[in-house]
Amino acid sequence: MTWKLFFTSSIGKKFIMALTGIFLITFLIVHCAINAMIFFNDGGETFNHWGHFMGSNLIVRTMELGLFLFLIMHIVQGLTLWSQNNKSRPVKYVVKNSAANSTWYSRSMGLLGTLILIFLVLHLYHFWTPSRFGGMAGIKALDETSLATYNNEEVHNLYAEMKLVFENNLLIVVVYILGVISLCWHLLHGFQSAFQTFGVNHKRYTPIIKGAGVVYSVVICLLFALMPLAFYLHWVN
Amino acid sequence: MEHYNMNLTLKIWRQKNKQSAGSLETYQVKDISSEMSFLEMFDVLNEQLIVAGDDPIAFDHDCREGICGQCSMHIDGRAHGPWTNNTTCQLHMRAFKDGDTIVVEPWRSKAFPVIKDLMVDRSSFDRIIQAGGYISVNTGNAVDANSLPIDKKDADNAFMAAACIGCGACVATCVNSSAMLFVSAKVAQLAQLPQGQPERESRVLNMVAQMDKENFGNCTNTYACEAECPKGISVSNIARLNREYLSAGLSTEQ
Amino acid sequence: MSFDSKIPAGEMNEKWNDYKGHVKLVNPANKRKLEVIVVGTGLAGASAAASLGEMGYKVKAFCFQDSPRRAHSIAAQGGINAAKNYQNDGDSVFRLFYDTVKGGDYRAREANVHRLAEVSNAIIDQCVAQGVPFAREYGGLLSNRSFGGTQVQRTFYAAGQTGQQLLLGAYSALERQIALGTVEMYSRHEMLDVVMIDEKARGIIARNLVTGELEKHFGHAVLLCTGGYGNVFYLSTNAMGSNVTAAWKAHKKGAFFGNPCFTQIHPTCIPVSGEYQSKLTLMSESLRNDGRIWVPKQKDEKRKAVDIPEEERDYYLERRYPAFGNLVPRDVASRAAKERCDEGYGVGTTKLAVYLDFKDAILRYGKIELGKQGNTTASQEEIIKAGKAVVEEKYGNLFEMYEKITGENPYEMPMRIFPAVHYTMGGLWVDYELQTTVKGLYALGEANFSDHGANRLGASALMQGLADGYFVIPYTLGNYLADEIRTPAIPTSHPAFAETEKAVSDRINTLMNIRGKQTVESFHKRLGKIMWDKCGMARNEKGLREAITEIQALKKEFWSDVRIPGEINNMNPELDKAGRVADFIELGELMCKDALERRESCGGHFREESQTEDGEAKRDDENFSFVSAWEYKGESNWQLNKEPLEFEIVKPTQRSYK
Repeated sequence: MTWKLFFTSSIGKKFIMALTGIFLITFLIVHCAINAMIFFNDGGETFNHWGHFMGSNLIVRTMELGLFLFLIMHIVQGLTLWSQNNKSRPVKYVVKNSAANSTWYSRSMGLLGTLILIFLVLHLYHFWTPSRFGGMAGIKALDETSLATYNNEEVHNLYAEMKLVFENNLLIVVVYILGVISLCWHLLHGFQSAFQTFGVNHKRYTPIIKGAGVVYSVVICLLFALMPLAFYLHWVN
Repeated sequence: MEHYNMNLTLKIWRQKNKQSAGSLETYQVKDISSEMSFLEMFDVLNEQLIVAGDDPIAFDHDCREGICGQCSMHIDGRAHGPWTNNTTCQLHMRAFKDGDTIVVEPWRSKAFPVIKDLMVDRSSFDRIIQAGGYISVNTGNAVDANSLPIDKKDADNAFMAAACIGCGACVATCVNSSAMLFVSAKVAQLAQLPQGQPERESRVLNMVAQMDKENFGNCTNTYACEAECPKGISVSNIARLNREYLSAGLSTEQ
Repeated sequence: MSFDSKIPAGEMNEKWNDYKGHVKLVNPANKRKLEVIVVGTGLAGASAAASLGEMGYKVKAFCFQDSPRRAHSIAAQGGINAAKNYQNDGDSVFRLFYDTVKGGDYRAREANVHRLAEVSNAIIDQCVAQGVPFAREYGGLLSNRSFGGTQVQRTFYAAGQTGQQLLLGAYSALERQIALGTVEMYSRHEMLDVVMIDEKARGIIARNLVTGELEKHFGHAVLLCTGGYGNVFYLSTNAMGSNVTAAWKAHKKGAFFGNPCFTQIHPTCIPVSGEYQSKLTLMSESLRNDGRIWVPKQKDEKRKAVDIPEEERDYYLERRYPAFGNLVPRDVASRAAKERCDEGYGVGTTKLAVYLDFKDAILRYGKIELGKQGNTTASQEEIIKAGKAVVEEKYGNLFEMYEKITGENPYEMPMRIFPAVHYTMGGLWVDYELQTTVKGLYALGEANFSDHGANRLGASALMQGLADGYFVIPYTLGNYLADEIRTPAIPTSHPAFAETEKAVSDRINTLMNIRGKQTVESFHKRLGKIMWDKCGMARNEKGLREAITEIQALKKEFWSDVRIPGEINNMNPELDKAGRVADFIELGELMCKDALERRESCGGHFREESQTEDGEAKRDDENFSFVSAWEYKGESNWQLNKEPLEFEIVKPTQRSYK
């Protein structure tokens, strides 16, 4: 199989979607775990500490590059699939009862992915850009320091940033929750689908994989959804 | 079984030939017995049309016992209609009730162009088989059949995959018009048999390449194909196909 | 016109070997220049086209379906016989040969049948090598079952889908040759005539069923592998498209028609439910291994089957044939069912059905199954549950099919079954080389008459189709083509092609211009009714004479009042059907004529005038030990030629299953 075939054959494309998808799934675990530290309710100390670690560790930063590469591949390949698959049925059915044979979200991965992408742009604008490029302008404007100091070490105060974004902004909170819901449906299908693409389909293991996928999708997304809510409803300060 | 008669409204796709555009036309049929098969109901309608001087509806069908795979109707939004594990010809009218409106369309896929009305061209399936869906053994070359014991489990799995009738319902129902279930059934059948080993790698690579060339869409694991397959071919065959393809692809030197 | 069966001299078991050893060969360089046309892609056609392609001939294959994989061989359920003797139960080539000749009621040609038995083993080897997933035992070796009343287990099977798996094997071999370029495939094409040049078949005229165009194709030889003509009865287990047209055109060009009246009525089919019925569905004969056939002892029984107590049931096969019971051959079982229904004991709404009951089998298997687990105190419910599981494993797909069609659950109430037309033993007369009386024109599989005599045994049709295609024609065709190497391909601009094409086109025009009032389907139904009533399971002189008159009248009416919609130069399934029905009408007349002429009962042909005192079929070897080979002499005019049958090995006796 040539490299070209690997990226262009139908199964190659699936494989890339699954591989990058699994990587993103792993990333979400780390992301969610660190962000969940806001729930320690310690003014963001633990969270900021680990946030700083992630932002400054050379290995993590290198992996971040990989993450973006994979994300872009996932997006590009996903959009390619969407457009090709759309073209493979030029005349649509007048009546189509797809609910009888498959779940709506498994058929709507392109749509869900696009929603997530839109959400992601907003999300990166809120947190990633300022933390990487030292923006944190919003915080400065509030006359607070964009840096927090723990044990004589100055770190980006992402906690303050989150607070700023979510605390008084219902619209943003709603958008985030919608984004996370899209992510949840996307993962519900994507998780087990990746294993099927890798060729793992077994009477004994597939139910476990499917179960794990549901638990993963729900837990991760629930935690994510609780974060903006927690700031908005002042569960954390 | 109690039987009853019904009057129905049918909305059927009419299309003169490959080039022309088609549309849904409405027809009425009366006194249809619940014991009739769906295609017998079409026979009644066609007789009615011929007597009235109209062009009867062209549709594919042959064995009418669910095995040749020629019948192919998309009925009320589902490939082969409302029953599961079933072909159009084995669908019976007791699935419907008096006064129902039934919408019948041809299989829809770029790889299955409509020839006329409800008939489509599925020669793309034949070309996929030509690409490698066989074991290269000339007549007379075979060794004694029992010189090759095959684990019953493998033989049974191969048989279940081989039950595919090539009707194309998987493509018709798939949101992406993907032919993965069809291709995987043949690949899985032959990959699980010792006879299939010599051409195992080239087979899967060539068949998938041909499938891609025929303009089928890409599989996104919705599993609608398995749900609508008249022979209950499992999507575990698709997983096997993926496995076969990746291992073949990674190990070939091309 | 030659009428020589060309049976090689010598001992029966040496004939085929001797023949192969002395047959003329064509060298590889010449094979490339020789073109062969194969019409039909079922077991016989696909296997022949693939094998000839592998050998290097230039092959063109035709089928009317949308893909060669859909030929009706695919619907065969039960299995395929072979004399492997894997079960160590005393089977041998001789026994398979003997059973087939006897089962055919001594109306088959011994030499052909012996060859069939000889090559049967190689078929199984070939199919396994192709990846056909036959049923296997836990040890990994092939499984066998007994079928159709034989005393040995020689039937190989793939659940209830043996025909499908064998056809897909042959189809894959064919597709491989297509990919290699040795075979050119024309699907959705129908052969409408044979082109004759210098008294040899040199090509065909085919209609492209999508565009309506007529096409001319040359071949040094033409092979007809077009199946049987059971659809002459309108209702049969054949596919809707199965037809006699190719064989009939060949017949009109000089090929004799052998034993046209020999029709097999299969005893276990799902009964007709109404006037609209378009086809009948077979329930595999294997069901008779476990099911018991009965009717109520009381006429006009109103109770449900399950409410009729044991002592009021008449297990008529077990009563009449204690030795074979429910496993008597197909012809015997069919007639017995008809006899009970004629007497008024039939069941169901139409009263044309008998019960096939699995209650006892469920109980028996349930007890065995629980016994294996050491459970001897099981309740009736537990036994039934375990028994149903066993029955489901054996016949699950058939039970499911029955339930889909009838809406009744056969695990709970007995199946209703009735005989239906299933197979035609008759067909184009061929010699030992499978050549018809027209030089260069061959007939293979069900399309020829050769191997099954007056009654085909279960699991023998698949064997014959594949034997002809894989292992007979590759040798015998060479014997003819070896003399054709000096004949270069004849261009289709030859006047004979134009002439034949014009005749085909004229006939189509005539049909289209009738513009009458009655549909093609209605004529076909009427023909079927005449045939079923008067040339069906039982025939008599009066009925057959009436049938001939009625068919002639029907023919006249057809050609003056049929209505065919649509256009000539376009897809037109009604026009295709009209051509086929017109041929069926002519064939129907010949079948009745043949049945009338054969004043004996043999196999599937039961003449009421020729029966024993207790109503069994009575053969007349003295006067009718021959093959009827009918020669077409013009409209409604045939000459009967007789090929005498000599039995060197299997001496005819009256078949008895009592």
